[in-house]
Amino acid sequence: MIWLTWRQLRLQAVPVAAAVALLLVALAVTGPSLVDAAEDGARSFLTGLSADTFKVTLYYAGIATAYALPLVVGAFWGAPMVARELEARTHRLVWSQSVTRTRWLAFKLLGAAAVTATVAGLLSWALTWWAGPIERAIAAGEGTGPFMVSRIEPALFGARGTVPVAYALLALAFGVLAGLVIRRTVAAMAVTLVLVVATQLLVVSMVRSQLAEPETITTPITEENLVGLMISGDADTIENVMQIQVDTAETGEWELSNLTLDADGERMRTLPAWVADCGGPPPGERAQAGAREACFERLADEGYEQQVTFHPTSSFWTLQWRESALLLVLALGLGGLCFWRIRGDAP
Amino acid sequence: MTTALRTHELGKRYGRSRHWALKDCTLDLPTGRVVGLVGPNGAGKSTLLGLAAGMLVPTAGRIDVLGEAPSSGSEHLARVGFVSQDAPTYRGMSVADHLRLGAHLNPRWDDALVRERIDRLGIDPSRRTGSLSGGQRAQIALTMAIGKRPELLILDEPVAALDPLARREFMQDLMEAVAEQDLTVVLSSHLVSDLERACDYLVVLVDSQVRVAGDLEELLASHRRMTGARRPSDVGPAGHHVVTASHTDRQSTFVVRTGGPLVDPSWDATPLGLEDLVLAYLRGDASYERPRPTVEVVR
Amino acid sequence: MIEFHLDSRSGVSAYLQLVQQVRRALRLGLLSEGDQLPTVKDVARQLAINPNTVLKAYRDLERDGLVAPRPGVGTFVTRTLTDNTLAAHGPLRTDLQRWLSKARRAGLDDESIEALFMTTFRAASEEDIA
Repeated sequence: MIWLTWRQLRLQAVPVAAAVALLLVALAVTGPSLVDAAEDGARSFLTGLSADTFKVTLYYAGIATAYALPLVVGAFWGAPMVARELEARTHRLVWSQSVTRTRWLAFKLLGAAAVTATVAGLLSWALTWWAGPIERAIAAGEGTGPFMVSRIEPALFGARGTVPVAYALLALAFGVLAGLVIRRTVAAMAVTLVLVVATQLLVVSMVRSQLAEPETITTPITEENLVGLMISGDADTIENVMQIQVDTAETGEWELSNLTLDADGERMRTLPAWVADCGGPPPGERAQAGAREACFERLADEGYEQQVTFHPTSSFWTLQWRESALLLVLALGLGGLCFWRIRGDAP
Repeated sequence: MTTALRTHELGKRYGRSRHWALKDCTLDLPTGRVVGLVGPNGAGKSTLLGLAAGMLVPTAGRIDVLGEAPSSGSEHLARVGFVSQDAPTYRGMSVADHLRLGAHLNPRWDDALVRERIDRLGIDPSRRTGSLSGGQRAQIALTMAIGKRPELLILDEPVAALDPLARREFMQDLMEAVAEQDLTVVLSSHLVSDLERACDYLVVLVDSQVRVAGDLEELLASHRRMTGARRPSDVGPAGHHVVTASHTDRQSTFVVRTGGPLVDPSWDATPLGLEDLVLAYLRGDASYERPRPTVEVVR
Repeated sequence: MIEFHLDSRSGVSAYLQLVQQVRRALRLGLLSEGDQLPTVKDVARQLAINPNTVLKAYRDLERDGLVAPRPGVGTFVTRTLTDNTLAAHGPLRTDLQRWLSKARRAGLDDESIEALFMTTFRAASEEDIA
């Protein structure tokens, strides 16, 4: 059964594994120089690296591969696993050998899961190691040029740590189940892609931030920490200020919200028009002397404060483990459904 | 006497369909036989065989294969060989790969037997089954089913897609396997001619229901076509079970299952061939008589 | 060794055809004492026929004392049919020819003669069996 599992998986597994292996080689070759460069000159490290086109490309290629891998695994390893047998009716050949369907599925699923976990695990581990110096620099607030995003932020979180492995396994389970239910390879592949992407979006937008208690900082709004404000209306007739954003002393964090509270601690949906002065004059106009300072004073006098909610960079692994565990439980549940489903009719 | 396949009021509906693909099927097929399952397309042959092979789950009734529920574990699977309609194989895999698959997945795999058969078929083991002819693929599927050394071999329309020569070769191989091994075979066909020589037990399935089942010789011996002067009613010769009746203005013709000696001299009785016998049941709407438990095993 | 042939249009059951072919071979001297019949497996394969049918034919011949099985080897001829009947063929043929001309004189054509012969023959055989 192990032989058959490998015989049938290798056609899809080898190209993917080869592509990943190629990336791994590039990472292994360039990785040590990153470590050295980061040790030599921490301050100029990212600036220097930004000029290295190959490494910048590699950095983004790694992220893209990590996000693409679950899709590829789900659509090309998972979906065809049973669907192709059902389509070509070969399930009737293999299920009439002296191996029960349940056992057959167990071997196929576990075999594919082992390969998936190995490939995704190696890839993610290598990426996490390779990008380690870059991410430490970003976490230290040195982010610049193409290297701005902290690894705990949504854009990178799914391409680092254990989460890529969990997504790949979940995608595999989605694929196999879709194949079993839909019984058509191409349709099952399409549905798998939709399901995997939908799960990723759902987790990022609604689930991940809930997996750990975020930190909250409440701070007065000052000239130093103000990074921007959003104005409605045009420059001449400002109706009101929609939003203020401040920066905290925190670096490498995942900011969840940046809200303005009034003196009673209530969230302000909009701010009065005069707050626009805090942002300085519109482009091309001369500043009125003292207008900005007066604005910040008035904000402080009227008791406005800014509340920032975020996951600090130190929460990275907590979030990684919890999200991975959640996805794996989901994958196991889907796997269980596959076993339940395969016991039905096999026309 | 042991039973190869026993069903009791077996029924099958697919999904939420209201149509019964197989209905109220009660059969008792003895071991050591070659059982022919005949019926028009869509009569429920594949459904019955699919249920027997454990590929389908019954909607109603019971089915036992070699005394156990179908595919109730790997040991039971090893005792039953199944070749599905169109003899599916992995088209991208070589013949040798298929044999390897068989050897890996079947504890009782008879490698010598299989190699010898492939040799004799003259098929290059390194060829992909996708490049073989339909007949050769059917032979590979049969070889795999025989190679696992089953006690019962279930073949669903094994020769339907084959040309006459391939048909003949397939049946030759099958009969040789029956002679060599202690093998019970249940095979279906919508053509009686495929089964005529091979089978010694017959089941006729029409409209999802069993019409007649029994030892072939016995069936042939007990059925007669009776012709005589036009009778006023559809009441056939006394004491005989009428299968079909047809009338012209002068003449009445009945196909009957005889209940005793044919003594009435006003009837001209002639025996029926298998083809005519089956046709009579396909046409007639006679109710099916439950199998009587008096079947002698030839082996 | 002899080779069997089956005529699927004859209306005669396969098992009976096998019996008849062995008998004919014995009668014509194609088979004599000690000769081996093809194995059940070989016949089954060659004719694509149910081995039980072959077995049944051989058992019938065995019951008539014409052949005997040697376990593990095969089935062998124990008696021939050449001697006694061949001598009777001549007179019987003359009788039959006489009957045929009688039938023609009575106005029967070939078809009627054949039908009459077959029904009588069948009736007689059935009586014999009964």
